[in-house]
This record gives sequence, C-alpha cells and structure tokens, in this order.
Amino acid sequence: MKYRPTVGEILQAKGVSRRGFLKYCATTASLLALPPSMIPRIANAIESARRPSVIWLSFQECTGCTESLTRSASPTVEGLIFDAISLDYHHTLQAASGDQAEAARHAAMEENDGSYLVLVDGSIPTGNPGYSTIAGISNVDMLMDTVKGAAAVVAIGSCAAFGGLPGADPNPTGAVSVQDLVTDKPVVNVPGCPPIPMVMTAVLAQFLTFGQIPDLDKHGRPLAFFGNTIHDRCYRRPFYEQGKFAETFDDEGAKAGWCLYKLGCKGPTTYNACATVKWNQGTSFPIESGHPCLGCSEPKFWDKGGFYQPLSTGHFGSGATVAGAAVAGVALGAVAAAAGRRRKAKYTKEA
Amino acid sequence: MSTANDIPIQGGAAHGNVRPILFEVLHALDKLLDDDIPTTIDLAGLPFGPGELEKLEAALGHGELVAQLNALGTSHIRETAYPGVWWVEHRNVNDEVTGRYIEITRFPEILSSQDADIGAARARLRETFE
Repeated sequence: MKYRPTVGEILQAKGVSRRGFLKYCATTASLLALPPSMIPRIANAIESARRPSVIWLSFQECTGCTESLTRSASPTVEGLIFDAISLDYHHTLQAASGDQAEAARHAAMEENDGSYLVLVDGSIPTGNPGYSTIAGISNVDMLMDTVKGAAAVVAIGSCAAFGGLPGADPNPTGAVSVQDLVTDKPVVNVPGCPPIPMVMTAVLAQFLTFGQIPDLDKHGRPLAFFGNTIHDRCYRRPFYEQGKFAETFDDEGAKAGWCLYKLGCKGPTTYNACATVKWNQGTSFPIESGHPCLGCSEPKFWDKGGFYQPLSTGHFGSGATVAGAAVAGVALGAVAAAAGRRRKAKYTKEA
Repeated sequence: MSTANDIPIQGGAAHGNVRPILFEVLHALDKLLDDDIPTTIDLAGLPFGPGELEKLEAALGHGELVAQLNALGTSHIRETAYPGVWWVEHRNVNDEVTGRYIEITRFPEILSSQDADIGAARARLRETFE
C-alpha cells in the first residue's frame, strides 16, 4: 500500500502555519456545528489523520451537485479538506478516461480496501440497464461493485439520497436511491437540489477528523445540519408568530419581508441548514431572496404538490406534520388554514 | 437605480435576534470575571435577518486594539468597545468570510505565537549561523 501522509504533513508541506491550522480547525468546528471548545481536540485529530481515498460515482444526475461543490473548492480553508482527501475517481473532474479511469477506480479500491469512501450523486435506474452506463457497466453493477470494500457511502444530493427528479412520478427508468440498494454499509444522505457545499465538505471533515460518520436522522441525514427545520432557524419566523404573511409576491407584506408561508413556503416541514449556512459564500438563501423554500432536501419533494401551494392545503407532508408545524408557531391558526382551504378549493376548481 | 446595491431593502433589523446575543455576551463576561472561563460564540449557526449582523457589530462597537492575521487569508481580530469582548472574523484567500466569532476572553488564543511556529523559527534562525 502506498504511503498516505497525514493531514498535518500535507498542511505543513503547503507552508500552513500553526495559526493558519488553528484557523482551519475553527472553520471545521463551525462546519461540523461543534462548539468552539472542541477546536483543540479537532486539531489533534486532524493532524494525525491519514489522507482518505475517495471514489465519486455519478449516475442519473445533472452535475449540479458537483457544480455546487466545486464552487466551494477554490483555495479556501474548507477547500483544504479536499486537498486532504485523495479523490481517486470522478468522471467530471478526472483527466483520465475510458479504461484508464476504470483502472484508477479498481486500483483505489484494492489499495484502500475497507477504508475508502464512496460518494454518489444521481439516482440509479433499475429498469433497462442501458438507461445509464459508464464504460459499458450499468449503474447498479458499478455501485454494488464499488461499495464492496468501502468504509461508508455518502449519497450526495436528493437524487442519490431519495431518487430525486429521475425518481419522480412516473419514474420511467425505475430510479432508486443509494440506500435502496446498499443495505450492508453505512450510508449518509446529504440531500438538497443541490446540497449546500459546506454540508458536503463537513461530512468529509467529520470522517477525516473522527474516522466515523456523523449522527444521522431517520432519513440518514447528518443531524448537525438537518436537525432543525428551515422554519426553526428562519429570520422571518417572528413574522409567522405575529401572523404577518405575504399574500402575493408583490404586495406590501412581501416588500416588508413578511413570512412566505401562504405563498407555499415548505420551511416548516423541511430539514436543512440553508437559513444559517446560507448560499453563495454566505450571501443569502431563497427565503432571504423573497422566494419560498421548495423543500428540496425532503424525500420525494417533486411529487408533493405545487411549490406555491401552502402547506395547509395538505399536499406536502402528512396532516399531522402540518398541524405540528402550526402548533410550533403560535399565531398562524385559523386564518392561514382557512386561506389555505380557500386556495386549495381554488386549485381543485382550476384543475 | 443602476446596481442591485441601490435597491432599498425594507423590513431589515426588526427580527429581534441581536438582543439575545448581547445578553449571552453579558453572561459570558460574568463567567470570565468570576470563574476565569472564556467563551466563544460562533455566529455562523445563528439566524440573522438582513442588517442584523451589522446591527450587532455596531452595538458592540470598536475598542482600543485591532490585529490582522495573514494565514490562509486575512483574519481581523479587534477588541470591541467592551474590553474582554473580541470580534473575530476569518476570511479565506478570496477574501470571503469563513467564520465570525465573538470571543469573550482576555486575549484570543490565535494571536499568541504558537509553539510549533516558535520551534520552526528557532530552527530557521539557527540555520543562519551555520
């Protein structure tokens, strides 16, 4: 097995000072939603961690997840996490192609048997194998062959995590998620369309730092990022509590930045970190830009009714979930529900 | 109106997220003075509406000491108008903010010369005599 340097050695070779390293650890702690008091422990763990091998498989996907990730991988502190892994196979990013690329995948699997990570974006078609192939190998065969010696599998994006758009009704390719096929390895789901880049790097940082996958919720998502709903952490939440809602996209409520619940915001039933981590180098997130949350990190979000229908119309999630969300907010009550019912009646009539 | 920045933003700074953080800072000062325990508040995990972060920064104000660290990008570390309360902002080499913290401490640890760097410095200086 070839020598794999520690992360500390890699950073030292790059001329990163101890102060720079502490800064790196502070960002890592922040990424992992760990308290700053954990920074010394993170520093010790990362310094001695060995550079892990990563194999990235892309199946039925749009490359949006890779786009999201590479936009965060400019030479930044979090980008160092990617310097600290050995990305041995990635269709879009690697220079090799054809037999050479496949040889690289097999070599990485053999050299790191039992310890490498497999990252997957895209859903896997289970209908005709010819729907999606790489080097003449069906997606199912490539996935199952590659995960055999993996330590863990990370499903990147809603397609890999839950089937996503290819799996939406009527699902012509028989698309399934990674966890539908891989049942004997730890699978971490990092959904989103696309996922937040920092969440993807955080999962890798967690593995790098502690050699294990993070704590997960019932859908296999890291609790550190998917433990709260968008609504829980939304800066517009006080308006929800006060019963102040935008009714249309150009009314006074919208201009005043009021809650977008009645415009179809799925924040109350969507678990993700957009409201705090935000997008585009922390600039904003959809609600801050005036658009309701679509709920893209929830299973089967494409098939749960119109994006602009309020939750209270009952299309998105169970009635109990919606009722729970309404109870969590104090003042929504009958007004919004009645408006939702009126709107539902309108949609039904129009349909 | 020629750029996006010219568009007036309404509805900002009315979300009530600043005052609780100032209370947290106050309690952290109690801990520092009474028990000698420093506190770091990671601002990344807190929800801020448009303009609220700026409001928080303005509320803490500027103090006597400002430092700049140049390692993996620039970091700005300054004492606020409240001694013992430091505003720490880390940026990457693209000048994008990667972390913002309020440290309630006598002296932020990252400003201290680190043993590993001191050791490397000693070796480097020693080489100049050989």
